[in-house]
Amino acid sequence: MSDRKQMSVTEELPGKLIAVEGLDGSGKSTQVYLLKRWLEMRGLKVFFSEWNSSVIVKKATSKGKKRQLLTPTTFSLIHCTDFADRYERQMLLLLRAGYLVLCDRYIYTAFARDAVRGCSRVWLHNLYGFARHPDLTFFFNTPLDVSLNRILSGRPQLKYFEAGMDLGLSADPYESFRLFQERIYHEYLAMKDEFGFVTIDGTQPIEKQQEQVRKIVAKRFDLPRFRWRTQV
Amino acid sequence: MKCMKFYGEGIPGVSLEELTGKLIVIEGADGSGRSTQIELLKDYLENTGRAITNVGLVRSTLVSNELNKAKQGNVLSEITRSLFYATDFADQLENIIIPALRAGFIVLADRYIYTLMAREIVRGADRRWVRSLYGIALVPHLIIYLKVSPGQLVERNLRKSATLDYWESGRDLGISRDIFMSFMRYQRLIQKEFSLMQEEFGFHVVNGNRSIRTISREICAKVEEALHGEEDQ
Repeated sequence: MSDRKQMSVTEELPGKLIAVEGLDGSGKSTQVYLLKRWLEMRGLKVFFSEWNSSVIVKKATSKGKKRQLLTPTTFSLIHCTDFADRYERQMLLLLRAGYLVLCDRYIYTAFARDAVRGCSRVWLHNLYGFARHPDLTFFFNTPLDVSLNRILSGRPQLKYFEAGMDLGLSADPYESFRLFQERIYHEYLAMKDEFGFVTIDGTQPIEKQQEQVRKIVAKRFDLPRFRWRTQV
Repeated sequence: MKCMKFYGEGIPGVSLEELTGKLIVIEGADGSGRSTQIELLKDYLENTGRAITNVGLVRSTLVSNELNKAKQGNVLSEITRSLFYATDFADQLENIIIPALRAGFIVLADRYIYTLMAREIVRGADRRWVRSLYGIALVPHLIIYLKVSPGQLVERNLRKSATLDYWESGRDLGISRDIFMSFMRYQRLIQKEFSLMQEEFGFHVVNGNRSIRTISREICAKVEEALHGEEDQ
């Protein structure tokens, strides 16, 4: 029979999970990349996972998005399916094998976005109830206009769901994106204490932020424990 | 008239008072005579002037192709597969079931969340998690459960396709290397789960070991009663 019940989400695992959260344009991807490079170059077992990247679920997700088939509920479910696939097939195995698993966006991204889309928070928290909370979550806090500027100054082509057009906040994609991001920002702020985010001021210079991130990681975890045991 | 309800948190943005149609679910294993009975019920209802919409599992525009492909290779992990099915269900609920109910149709569902939940629970999923996941579902006006003994199910499946389906035999569970044994044990596990759900969800159990006609008469009468019961209130 299945072993599904035996793996509790609170059980201590040899690996550690580190997530970064924040708005688009908060600089979190840059920071998690630099963290990954640092850990790798110290000879540690590191794995990096990105939001929305499961190969199996990808086709359905992109079809749903392109043809605008998604409602708040199916949007939420299909992203959760994507997450579950990466979680079950990779993250959990790597954590059990003693890796440092780095995630660019984690379940809080879904909590924030889907709640803004109108999904019930209770339902969302239960939906992702199979996933363990990270051992450390960084929240890159940038004032709304700063992150918006970083994204919008290049006048990018905003995709329908990315701009939150499905919420019907505005017919203008840029205005819609602004209003959507503003609501997500408030969701993050409301979650930050409940889930113990470590907040990093995202308006500081990149190197300064990275210095803080590395210091916190080094202090929180016994890094030499994550060295490869076999020679590579 | 009584308003429809969701089992749990429901779907955001749906006004329940707008749903004037009726939702009737028929549950039962492959080979329980479900499809035959749905056809007969459809004939009966259309003959009396009611408009019908049919729905079933794994028929959504959004993910059914991908889900079928993934099923063939058995590449999905447990929770991922649960969620894939839930996505398929939600897509049909929002795009077929709810619009039809809004338009006053009778929706005949060839299986519903109970099969999905039973399959997941038998595979070790957490009951509360599954219940909450399907809290998006509407409570049907009537749930018919066609109960057929595993022995008869084997006979009917073999008669139809001369083999036993991989998933309907629960072979992913590894309960027996023997296909026949695996089918029997798996169907018993599913039936046990249905018995547990029976009271909680108010199934009307129909003994499916009898003749097609006898069963159909019982189902039509029960459906008529459910439709009238509603009208009288």
